[in-house]
Amino acid sequence: MLDVMAIDLHYGAAQALRAVSLKAEPGKVTCVLGRNGVGKTSLLDALAGQHSVSRGTITWEGRDITALRPPERARRGVSYVPQGREIFPLLSVEENLKTGFAPLPRAERSVPDDVFTLFPVLKDMLRRRGGDLSGGQQQQLAIGRALVMRPRLLLLDEPTEGIQPSIIKDIGRAISYLRSLGNIAIVLVEQYLDFARELGDHFVVMERGAIVYSCERANLDEGALRRAMAI
Amino acid sequence: MKLQERLEKKEKEAMDAFERTLLFIEDVTVSFDGFRALNNLSFTMEPGEMRAIIGPNGAGKTTMMDVVTGKTRPDKGSVIFDQRHDLARLDETEIALLGIGRKFQKPTVFDSHTVFDNIELALKADRHARATLLWRETEREERNVDEILKIVQLSAVRNRLAGSLSHGQKQWLEIGMLLAQDPKLLLVDEPAAGMTDAETQQTAELLKEINREHTVVVVEHDMAFVRELGVKVTCLHEGAVLAEGSIDEVSENERVVEVYLGR
Repeated sequence: MLDVMAIDLHYGAAQALRAVSLKAEPGKVTCVLGRNGVGKTSLLDALAGQHSVSRGTITWEGRDITALRPPERARRGVSYVPQGREIFPLLSVEENLKTGFAPLPRAERSVPDDVFTLFPVLKDMLRRRGGDLSGGQQQQLAIGRALVMRPRLLLLDEPTEGIQPSIIKDIGRAISYLRSLGNIAIVLVEQYLDFARELGDHFVVMERGAIVYSCERANLDEGALRRAMAI
Repeated sequence: MKLQERLEKKEKEAMDAFERTLLFIEDVTVSFDGFRALNNLSFTMEPGEMRAIIGPNGAGKTTMMDVVTGKTRPDKGSVIFDQRHDLARLDETEIALLGIGRKFQKPTVFDSHTVFDNIELALKADRHARATLLWRETEREERNVDEILKIVQLSAVRNRLAGSLSHGQKQWLEIGMLLAQDPKLLLVDEPAAGMTDAETQQTAELLKEINREHTVVVVEHDMAFVRELGVKVTCLHEGAVLAEGSIDEVSENERVVEVYLGR
């Protein structure tokens, strides 16, 4: 279980997060929605340890990880699929996947079969350079690389951005499958409401660095959600 | 009316519209690796106007500013400033000297100089080596700086080092540095990002004040701030204008709503 309590985050003197609290549970998808520039990526950066918070605490599996560096969080099962994918363009698909070995003990350093079951295209392209893949394939590779790390907390930043519809469907299926495993807590940042609504168990909407609306799947009020996201 | 007359009338109307513009962008396309960042964008600004530009990621907001300031050259289309300068043919320095000032999102003030010195450094002046070396502060320049400090409400901290200012004050200082160049057109990128509510409110007031004498384009994500400005809004999407009008008109536009929901 991830428990984020009232975190602030600053870039220099500029404040990007204001007292953000959030929970994410294994087997559930927590969707973070909102327009561009409202702090969604800053929130994921804070969770992954890419940027330190200036106030508040982040608890993961019962331990305070607020002060831990990104590699230490990765060893505790935190895995990040960043916006823009950030795969290594000059490494092959296989090498890219193997970069996910870094936080794993030697005995576990293998690519799980699930990666190729979810994204068969990666198997076909193992020797291809990452940079030669299409945007959608790169996104699949980035998710595959995150799965190699055996995540227990998976952070996904706009996995549908700039991706063609057929691959969006594949990615949606993959997220559904990962949720159904029941042991991964998933935080999904999205601007594509329809995609998020299909997958989400909890929803929060951000505005100006703060959470302004939150609801559960069971009591989802589409109108309120839309109003919170639109201008 | 005969066809000939009708055509002439239309042409005259187009000319009249053009003559009222300070910035005239027509059919501008910019591609990066086949991705059209601007796609036949047309956009005009009248002198004295203030305009807010909004739009989702990748809508073309930054590229549009890049084209106006000469950082990026359009593949096609015209960008005319003050009805006579073809910005597509000029470089960044020439464009800045014409009176187009730009403020980037991240404040870039000189931290180890005082607030006063920061503004003074930005004053419009002969920047050739000789003139710069032999420069002495004149009374007029000092008055100018004082006046700008008053507008951006930093008179009380004029002798403080810029590095010690709050985020909001740094942003205002940089807006002041922009004013020191006495530009005809100010382009301001996300001035309210990261500000407190009170600072955001004050920034809106400041821009309204500046707009009394300058034409201003503001790119902003913060809708509360855009509402506060109370000016005409242009919503860009996929490199072209999706909607234009008051913030209420734009926010009720079905296409705009769809775009913000990612559809």
